[in-house]
Amino acid sequence: MMEIRKTYFADERSDNGLKEVGQSRQRSDVPGHIRGMTPFYADRQIPGLLHIRMVRSPYHHARILAIDVSAAERHPGVKRVITAKDVPHNVYTILNLIGIGPEDEPVLAFDKVRWLGEPIVAIVAASERSAYEAAALVRVDYEELPAVFDMEEALKPGAPLVNEYHGQNNYRYDSGECRKVRLGDVEEGFRGAEFILEQRYDSSPIEHAPTETTGCVVVPGQNNRLTCYTGTQAVFFTLDNASIILNVPGQHLHFVGGTAGGGFGGKVDCIVEPIALLAAMLTGRPVAFIYNRYEEMQISSPRAAERIYIKDGVMKDGRIVARQVRCYVDAGAYSRHSPYGAQKSAAHFPGPYTIPHVSIDSYCVYTNRTPSSAMRGFGVTIGDFALEVQMDKLARMIGMDPLEFRFVNAYRDGDMKAHHQVTEGAALIECMQEASILANWPVDPRYLQMSSRQGRG
Amino acid sequence: MTKVPVQLTLNGEERAEFIDSGTTLLRLLRDKMGDFTLKAGCLQGTCGTCTVLVDGEPRLACLTLAEDCAAKAVETVAGLSGNGSLHPLQQAFLDNFAAQCGFCTPGMLMAAKVLLEANPHPSRADVVEALAGNICRCTGYEPIIQAVLSVSRGSAPRAASGERA
Repeated sequence: MMEIRKTYFADERSDNGLKEVGQSRQRSDVPGHIRGMTPFYADRQIPGLLHIRMVRSPYHHARILAIDVSAAERHPGVKRVITAKDVPHNVYTILNLIGIGPEDEPVLAFDKVRWLGEPIVAIVAASERSAYEAAALVRVDYEELPAVFDMEEALKPGAPLVNEYHGQNNYRYDSGECRKVRLGDVEEGFRGAEFILEQRYDSSPIEHAPTETTGCVVVPGQNNRLTCYTGTQAVFFTLDNASIILNVPGQHLHFVGGTAGGGFGGKVDCIVEPIALLAAMLTGRPVAFIYNRYEEMQISSPRAAERIYIKDGVMKDGRIVARQVRCYVDAGAYSRHSPYGAQKSAAHFPGPYTIPHVSIDSYCVYTNRTPSSAMRGFGVTIGDFALEVQMDKLARMIGMDPLEFRFVNAYRDGDMKAHHQVTEGAALIECMQEASILANWPVDPRYLQMSSRQGRG
Repeated sequence: MTKVPVQLTLNGEERAEFIDSGTTLLRLLRDKMGDFTLKAGCLQGTCGTCTVLVDGEPRLACLTLAEDCAAKAVETVAGLSGNGSLHPLQQAFLDNFAAQCGFCTPGMLMAAKVLLEANPHPSRADVVEALAGNICRCTGYEPIIQAVLSVSRGSAPRAASGERA
C-alpha cells in the first residue's frame, strides 16, 4: 500500500492542488497486455522476411588473419553475407552523440576481436535454419592474443592492450586516468581517526535477462525509407547512431519502438538495428535480427563488474572522519555506456553521509570481457552495496547500533558534501525515523528528535 | 522440404495450413496463422510465455510439434475474451496491476486458466505451483498471484477502477 506521509516538511509542501500524485491509476498499456494485443517488435506477419545469424568470435582476444565467406555465400537460402567492409561507418561509439569519444567499437570486427562472442560476419538468409547452417560455413583464421580479464591486472604496465582506440586499458577523462573527488585531506583524517577499516568489495557482471530477447525487424518502404520495429529502450538514440553508422539521413529511418518486453537498461545499446537496417538496404527485403536466448545471456551487455576498495577512519562516538574509495568499473572490451557509469559512481560516493575528509578515484577499465553497459542504477547500485555493508561493519567494529551509526553520519541541510556542494533538501533523517518505526528497529529517542533541517553546527 | 497439411481448431475456428515438417506450434500460430498473443521468450521450454492450451492441457508451443496438434483444439489468449467482454482472469490482472511489460502475461493467463478450471478455489500454494513454469522478469509475481486468488474468491478487485474505455 502506498502512502505519502505529509506530516514531514508540511510547511514546505505545496501539493494541495495535485490530482494524480498519490492516486492509484491503471496503466494505459495494460488493456493491451491482458489481451495479448500489445505489439512487440516481432508481432507482425511480414511476407518474405529474411533472418540474420551472426558469426562470432570463439576467442577472447585474437588477430583476424583472414575471413572466407565463399561457402556461406553459396549455401541455399543465403541472400547476402555482410562483413566490416560493407558497413559505411563501421567504428562508432554510442555516447558520441553527447560528445563522449573516441569511437572505439566496430559494428563488425575486421582486424581484431576483443571479446568472446564479438560479431564478425552477418548471414542474411531466407530461413533461420539456412542462416544457422551458413554461419557454420564461414572460415575465420585467427592468431590468438594474450587476454586480460582482471581490471587491476589490466592497469599494470605490460598488460595486453585491449582497445587500441584508447591507447591504454582505462578510459581517459578530462580529469586524467580516473574520475576524482577530493574534500579536505584524507591522510590527515586517517591520522586523527581512532579506528581504521579497509575492505574490498567485488561484484560479478549481471545479465538483465528480459523475457523478450533483444531484436528488431526492418521493413523497406517507399522513397528509401526503412521502418525499424525494435524493442529498444532508446528509440531516438538508436536512430541517430544508426544514421551515423549507415551514413544515411535520419529522415530515411522510421523507428517504431518504446514497447519492450522487459529491458532494465539492457536494451539501450545500438547493436542489432544498424546491421538489420543494412541487411534490408542491401537486399531490398524485410529482415529480422533477433537474439536467441544464448545471445541474450552471453552476448548482450551486462551490468559491469566492479571492484571497490573503501578505507574509513572513524571515531568511538560514531563519526566517520575520513573515507577513501577506489572503484574500478569493468567496461569489457568497449566503452558503450561504461565511462558514464564509472563517472556516476564517483558522483555517488561517499554515500549520503557528511565526512570532512574524502578522496574518491573511479576508473573505467577495459578488459577482454563482454562489453558492459546500462542496467538500473549502473555505477551506483554496486557502490551502495559496498558502502552500506561497510557501514554495518564500521558500526559493529565500534560497538554501535548500525541504524544509530547512520543517524550520526547522515547528511543534513547546510553540510558540505564531498563534491563541494552545500546540502539542501535532505530527508534522510526523516526516512530513517520512519523506517525505524515501520521495521520495529528502535533507536535512542534523541535520534527521533533529529531533523534534516538542523545541521551538525 | 516436404510440406505437410495441418488442420486444427484455434479458439473454436477451423484452421488449416501447409507447413514444413517439424514446424513448432509456436511458429504455426504466430507466423502462419497470425496469432501473436503467444510470445517467443526462450524457444527452449524454460520461460512459459508461449503457454497455450491443447485439448485443455497447457503446452509450451515452442516445444510442441504442430503436426502433433492435428485435429486438436488449441486455445490462446486471443480466445479468452468474447464479444468484447473480458475473461474474469483478464479483468483480475487489469484490476490488480498484474502486468508491467506485458510479455509474460499471455502465458500467465493461460496457466492460471488451467488451474482455475481444475481447481476453482486454489490455495496460495496451488497458485504458486501452477505458475512455477512461467517467468516474469519485471518481478510482478505477487500481484499476479493476488490476481488469480481474487478470481477464485470472486472478490471485489483491490483497485476500484474498471477498464478505461
